[in-house]
Amino acid sequence: MRRRHTFATRLWHWLNALCLLVLLMSGLNISNAHPWLYWGDSGFQPARAWAALPRFPHWMTIPDHYSLAVARDWHVLFAWIFALSLLAFMLASLRNRHFARDLMTRRHEWRVRAILADIGAHLRLRFAAHGSKYNFLQKLSYGVVIFILLPLMIATGMAISPGADAAWGWLGQALGGRQSARSIHFITAAALTGFTIGHILLVLLSGPWGQMRAMIAGGRLDEQA
Amino acid sequence: MNRRNLLASLLGTMAAGCTKIGETAPFAWAVDRAEGLHRIAHRAMGGQRPLAREYPPSAITAGFRGNGSTDVPTPAYRAHQAAGFADWRLSVGGLVERPLSLTMADIRALPQRTQITRHDCVEGWSAIGQWTGPQLGPILDRAGLLPDARYILFRCADLLYGAPYYESCDLADAFHPQTIIAHRLNGAALPVKNGAPLRLRLERQLGYKHAKYLTGIQAVASLNGFGKGNGGFWEDRGYQWYAGI
Repeated sequence: MRRRHTFATRLWHWLNALCLLVLLMSGLNISNAHPWLYWGDSGFQPARAWAALPRFPHWMTIPDHYSLAVARDWHVLFAWIFALSLLAFMLASLRNRHFARDLMTRRHEWRVRAILADIGAHLRLRFAAHGSKYNFLQKLSYGVVIFILLPLMIATGMAISPGADAAWGWLGQALGGRQSARSIHFITAAALTGFTIGHILLVLLSGPWGQMRAMIAGGRLDEQA
Repeated sequence: MNRRNLLASLLGTMAAGCTKIGETAPFAWAVDRAEGLHRIAHRAMGGQRPLAREYPPSAITAGFRGNGSTDVPTPAYRAHQAAGFADWRLSVGGLVERPLSLTMADIRALPQRTQITRHDCVEGWSAIGQWTGPQLGPILDRAGLLPDARYILFRCADLLYGAPYYESCDLADAFHPQTIIAHRLNGAALPVKNGAPLRLRLERQLGYKHAKYLTGIQAVASLNGFGKGNGGFWEDRGYQWYAGI
């Protein structure tokens, strides 16, 4: 019997979910220290900010009171777990052909009519994928998350860090400077939060018990929801 | 229970749980390891001595922000201020062969380095300024470090929340070419809010490492016995000693 999700995929999925939640909640605490975003290399005057963020309430921050020091401890610890587990998942997924078999889109899926049909099916809450594990919109959104948004969180995080920036200055410059990198870090975090909310809603709409069982125990390839 | 309350109680439980975990010894151990790993990774990424980026004069941000202590409201400091800091002294001591007491004239007579660098605050903001002063490395060489010296401690004139500010770095950072004792900012004498008359520039680390109102430099074998033993004012209040992250 082939599992619907391999052990590597399931392990990373839940570890990554935990990392993203801790990084987001500690990140919101860090944001409260200076809730303004700038473009370019420098920026410290709120009047020159392109965005002023709200003060995030304590029930959504780690720790549950304002502490920049402790929030940074959580953030720099889970940054390692997040980055190393993403790397391990990517290597495992190349090796077990998860990327090639399940996530790589096929040329016929990129036809406008096929994409419209897939969007239409989603709107009617029909999520079946024909001939492969994931439908086109799933492949596209998982691909954007795994290959663009998650690596961008690491790249922008490194560009914000002064020690890493001194060593790899090209990264910060490519991202438009340290304050731009910080802005992109926040925007990408918001995009990942949006993805996660959509992801959870779609799981709820597409047979949540089967989906959860598959992502925890592995499931069987033929019992697709 | 409405949906918002449900979300608040779920995340609130998570936040409270993590707060408890954050107060345990194993968590403290793990964050120390993570901090060390960041330092090792940064040094491995950059090879021997990477320089923090230096900017053209056009990048300088006007009105360089002062943060933390922005004044030293003591009669002694006020007297120095009135005298243009002519009699300010910087002591160099601890584990050295020849303790020094440098005058401002001595400091200005040393070979100077001018660098336009970005100052990154732990809060998240950045400002760019031009700093001038002698490199710390040659000053330490002149004093002659003893073999036991492992850290350099920086003493300051200011009190923050009633406690003396201080900082420290390891020898790799102390002898980094961009580590200078700055006495000028943007071509003028260092303003009081930015640490007059002398402040440390420890490029490649966050702003709280850049000790202001410097009175003394001390070579030490261990950070124990100073403050609460964590190597700096903010470090004693939970912030990372390696502030390159």
